[in-house]
Amino acid sequence: MKVMAPLIAEERQPGQFIILQTESEYGERIPLTIADADRKEGSITLIFQVVGKTTAQLAQFEAGDDLPAVVGPLGKPTHIQHYGHVVCTGGGIGIAPLYPIAQALKQAGNRITIILGARSKELIILEEEMQAIADECIICTDDGSYGRHAMVTEPLKEQCEKADKPAMVIAIGPPMMMKACAETTKPYGVFTQVSLNTIMVDGTGMCGGCRVNVGNEVKFVCVDGPEFDGHLVDFDNMIARLHAYSDIEKNKYKCFVEEGWKEKMVSQ
Amino acid sequence: MTTHTSQKNTEDAKKMLVDYLQRVDQLKAKDRTLIPPQEMQLLDPELRSHTLDEVAIGFTADQARIEALRCLQCIKKTCVEDCPVSIDIPGFIHHIATGEFENAASVIRQTSLLPSICGRVCPQETQCQAHCTVGRALKDVDKSVAIGRLERFVADWERINGKVKEPEVKPETGKRVAVVGSGPSGLVVAADCRRQGHHVTIFEAFHKLGGVLRYGIPEFRLPNEIIDREIETLRRMGVEFQTNFVVGRTRKLVDLIEKDHFDAVFVGTGAGLPFFMGIEGENLIGVFSANEYLTRANLMHANETGKADTPMFPSKHVAVLGGGNVAMDAARMALRLGAEKVMVIYRRTENEMPARKEEVRHAKEEGVEFRFLENVKRILGNEKKWVQSVECITCELGEPDASGRRRPIEVPGSNFLINVDTVIVAVGNGSNPLISQTTPDMQVNKRGNIIVDEMQKTSIDRIFAGGDIVLGAATVILAMGEGRRAAAAINKMLADEIQREHAT
Repeated sequence: MKVMAPLIAEERQPGQFIILQTESEYGERIPLTIADADRKEGSITLIFQVVGKTTAQLAQFEAGDDLPAVVGPLGKPTHIQHYGHVVCTGGGIGIAPLYPIAQALKQAGNRITIILGARSKELIILEEEMQAIADECIICTDDGSYGRHAMVTEPLKEQCEKADKPAMVIAIGPPMMMKACAETTKPYGVFTQVSLNTIMVDGTGMCGGCRVNVGNEVKFVCVDGPEFDGHLVDFDNMIARLHAYSDIEKNKYKCFVEEGWKEKMVSQ
Repeated sequence: MTTHTSQKNTEDAKKMLVDYLQRVDQLKAKDRTLIPPQEMQLLDPELRSHTLDEVAIGFTADQARIEALRCLQCIKKTCVEDCPVSIDIPGFIHHIATGEFENAASVIRQTSLLPSICGRVCPQETQCQAHCTVGRALKDVDKSVAIGRLERFVADWERINGKVKEPEVKPETGKRVAVVGSGPSGLVVAADCRRQGHHVTIFEAFHKLGGVLRYGIPEFRLPNEIIDREIETLRRMGVEFQTNFVVGRTRKLVDLIEKDHFDAVFVGTGAGLPFFMGIEGENLIGVFSANEYLTRANLMHANETGKADTPMFPSKHVAVLGGGNVAMDAARMALRLGAEKVMVIYRRTENEMPARKEEVRHAKEEGVEFRFLENVKRILGNEKKWVQSVECITCELGEPDASGRRRPIEVPGSNFLINVDTVIVAVGNGSNPLISQTTPDMQVNKRGNIIVDEMQKTSIDRIFAGGDIVLGAATVILAMGEGRRAAAAINKMLADEIQREHAT
């Protein structure tokens, strides 16, 4: 989805995210990563998966509709420099935020290996764009419907075993996938940066809802992150916290699907 | 509506007022101190602990006039000296006593822009009322003239009767002022600068205006309608608002001057990162900072479960850690969101609690339990990592510490468990790191608070700051006082520039 937000398009850097609302009074604030931006046009591109009420509602916005609130770019930008060989690993929807980071790393003169993974073929996104910047691109699917029939950790491990093991790994995707990637690279001592997508309310360092344990320190994803050293992140705690409201969220989504958003719009 | 003050009391007040007014000229100071302090009507505790309706209903006009008659109209106005915005307190109270409420309002309006807010949330007992001669004569600060309640009465009367006058705005100067943050300090700066004819834009990170007045202070203490009215007044004065705009991120602070050509910037971004206790179990599910808990309820309406998309944690047994006003707000909010049992756990005694006495009293009336001389050592969870209990230890009071309060000393081996499903941590806030992170030239102290001079000017030319981002966690009125000083400095800087431009 393209959103006209000229100031965000101008300021955003790889690694940053926005917070949006689909309703101004009663809507919730959800963080979404910025997949791309067009400064000239003044637009940002958001790629999201429908997982609950707000994303379902967002999916029904049509060209020309107004989003009641879009704020950003938030979070610290990715530190871009020349590392040498960087492996960028993206899982599912996490491929979206990985794209601008991989792009910037490529421009900084790094050799880029890209590993993309998803449950099945149709969930692999941005493949062409990634192929265009990658020195090497490996695709995996859980069901074997496309590319290698493997988890991303398999080729990631192979990369780490090579004589010229990567200088750095970036892993973005579902929490379980990032956790697995960090565990894969740890024995090889390869620095692994992950990008966390926790529950947030304000996103500007006020509420503390997004806190995670990183190396026994409490960090706030919205202002200290979203990127952290994957070997230090307490993923188990983070994953548990992500599910704090699962039941309520599932119920909201169910009600929303049953009611039908469109009908609601007409009756208003 | 059930209230503390019955119909009979209202009639009594009327009779009492008539009586005093008949002999008003003969009332000596002694007689005035003998007039009974008026009790403000409150919603019934049982009723109010289930709704967000405002707890304090306020004085009736008769009560306000009786209370005003208690004021001795001292020559040396000790009450004014401790008001951060120097309201002519005896002046406005005199007009209340004579029933000229509109005149009372204009006296307040000379120096205070947001009286309906200050009348509700100022800690008067440590400011104006602390030095009231009546309170001193009666050797009880609680028996001082109820200046705050009178201020609130006048502001409410003015609003309800449609008498609020917009402050006069001088002809446009062409100068532009950016205000970062729409909390108490920002609103004051906006009004003061706009009055001088400068164009003012307020930038707010949230989708709603008001800052801490909106997301922090609950509806039952400060109704949103009152914030809306104050903001509407600014809008009518010509102040512009830009919501969903995070200065530092959406635009760098210095870019407001360099790219957007603002002539001055005021930074009032408020307190930031909530402090946690640093104890085991603080990241379990069901542990919240008071900021998060209150923001979900106040700003995101998470209490309205049918309507709001922001979920609220379904709490039954709640432990609130801390003894300040924010702890009181969080505890009272938890009750209103349906918790069966809410406990405030504080390691000292009630005497050392920083919260306002009135807030503590209201919380107790509503059924909040207080556990003094206890400290939480760790939070325990179940296999799903949800909060199950807190482990407490008993404390005794020792020698006074740096804050002058007696230090709590833990009694070894006195540990015990309390079963709870929710823990709200209300032990203060650090500074918001956004501006300092993104503005390398901005000088901040080691706590991250922006360093300013006596005119609220920062280390960067044309940029001023005030409120909690400078003070650390303080009060609404202190923030307003800083805003007032910053606005004066900005107005002077811009006036000098205009003069220079005319001279050349």
